[in-house]
Amino acid sequence: MRVMGSETEYGIHAPSAPGANATMMSARIIQAYATVTRQRAAGGAETRWDYTDEEPLHDARGWTVDRAAADPSQLTDQPPVLDAEAVALAYGRQELELDGSDESGSLLMNMVLGNGARLYVDHAHPEYSSPEVTNPRDAVAWDAAGDLVALATVRKVAADTSLPPINLYKNNTDNKSVSYGSHENYLMPRLVPFGDIIRGLTPFFVTRQVMCGAGRVGMGQDSSTPGYQISQRADFFEAEVGLETTIRRPIINTRDEPHATADKYRRLHVIIGDANLSQSSNFLKFGTTAMVLSLIEAGQAPKIEVHEPVQALQTVSHDTTLTTTVRLLDGRRVTALDVQWMYFEAAAKLAQETGVADSVTGDGHTHQVLAHWESTLTTLGTDPDAAASSVEWVAKKSLLEGYRNRDGLAWDDARLGLVDLQWSDIRPEKGLYHRLLSRDRMMRIVDDADITRAVTEPPSDTRAYFRGRCVSRFGRDVVGASWDSVIFDVPGLGKLQRVPTREPLRGTRALTGALFDRHTDAASFLAELLGQKPPPARS
Amino acid sequence: MAAQEQQQPQSRETETEVDVPEAPPAAPEAQASDATQGVDDLLDEIDGVLESNAEEFVRAFVQKGGQ
Repeated sequence: MRVMGSETEYGIHAPSAPGANATMMSARIIQAYATVTRQRAAGGAETRWDYTDEEPLHDARGWTVDRAAADPSQLTDQPPVLDAEAVALAYGRQELELDGSDESGSLLMNMVLGNGARLYVDHAHPEYSSPEVTNPRDAVAWDAAGDLVALATVRKVAADTSLPPINLYKNNTDNKSVSYGSHENYLMPRLVPFGDIIRGLTPFFVTRQVMCGAGRVGMGQDSSTPGYQISQRADFFEAEVGLETTIRRPIINTRDEPHATADKYRRLHVIIGDANLSQSSNFLKFGTTAMVLSLIEAGQAPKIEVHEPVQALQTVSHDTTLTTTVRLLDGRRVTALDVQWMYFEAAAKLAQETGVADSVTGDGHTHQVLAHWESTLTTLGTDPDAAASSVEWVAKKSLLEGYRNRDGLAWDDARLGLVDLQWSDIRPEKGLYHRLLSRDRMMRIVDDADITRAVTEPPSDTRAYFRGRCVSRFGRDVVGASWDSVIFDVPGLGKLQRVPTREPLRGTRALTGALFDRHTDAASFLAELLGQKPPPARS
Repeated sequence: MAAQEQQQPQSRETETEVDVPEAPPAAPEAQASDATQGVDDLLDEIDGVLESNAEEFVRAFVQKGGQ
């Protein structure tokens, strides 16, 4: 359908050590996964991230921000500095020795996983970036696999009784004015004008939260106004378009870092979504957004513009009755559901024209997205409470209302705040989403077995297959990797071999599976790979 | 049983020809009293799962900024 992927920054908290440093705890999480997978022990070295093609200051509107003018948090093209010296300065030598750093004194901050994902420390949170997939069902599967990776780290840390246990939360705010992201990425042709993307996506992003919001107790960035709203993220957005992701957050993010052949592709970096545990909301988030991008590429996005979109985003989020209206520039007043129906109808028409939604000859996914999109909008428009199994903010609201009705709790009661927080605890025995899932109150889109498989297996139909297989097969000889490269250090070859993977739809099982099957050692694997098709020289 | 009072929203919208991938089969509409009982069961279960001292736990959950 389209190349896409997710990024999840987890909330991190050690209840028994509330003052613990978040970056240190995040590094401990990465370390724990290396121990679980024995990746580091087996290879004797970690797979380092290759920062060569990171360009966080390139703006899609056609310019590059000066490094000196950028907020330091925007400089994501440098490895985070958390070496032994920095840790010792902050915590003293003793803590360093307790913390499992290796002989060289460096803490593990980054891993490339056998499923093609990246697990690393991003600012003060552990982040799982999913491998590239080609459809929303796989996006749900490999995103949920990240939650199992996170769960494995939490279990590993908890098993070490000498250190405080760490909890991870798949949410987006601490309700004390801080937010952290859950991003989506979509591959697009470079030739689509960025102005078209801004115009076509903004009304959609203002309103898609009615299907994919995760729900939040409290209004305002610091949650100072009691109440319940649709979106975790809405109150943290302050701009319509911009490069930043950590400050003055924009509805449309312009980071132009394609991680692919730059003159052919752009990677649309979407920062406005909520982290979803609900598979149905997550499926709709990726599926409908991918279809709207097809509308924009075809020049068939609804020709509407929302008046003051940042304010409208928050107005929509603050109305759980779904009846409030926002003003369009043509003077009409419409509900969020009205806007979604406009996009749905345009998308259904385009899919009809191109044939992608045909249940036999189509792409196998579009007809499912359309059917689920339509039924969800219909339910939300007639009886929103009936969407409790399929729409995350409705499911959470239903649970909160249960407490309010039984115990007479006001919205600012701490127990409701705890229900909101604990909804997203990734442990099945503690996480309230998972309690509802175990009672079959939440819709499943993907089988549990497929999610478990996605923890270790890469998707078969993107370059993530090549990356993941290289790591799991030849991990001891892979010294670096990124979205668009894998770097080998093979004994006897003398110099590092950097294999570029700049085409997201190459490196698939169909193209490279037999190559992996034919070779048991990295040297002969590389010899055949590079002998057949030498990598292009890098400028 | 909790499973029997589970309601798939799609079951109320049969005219829209829902085609959701691998969704569980729709459960029959339950009696209102069963639904209330189901919610009570659920809340009882969650009472036992919630962290103790809600106020302190929520207050201590302080995050550093992210993207």
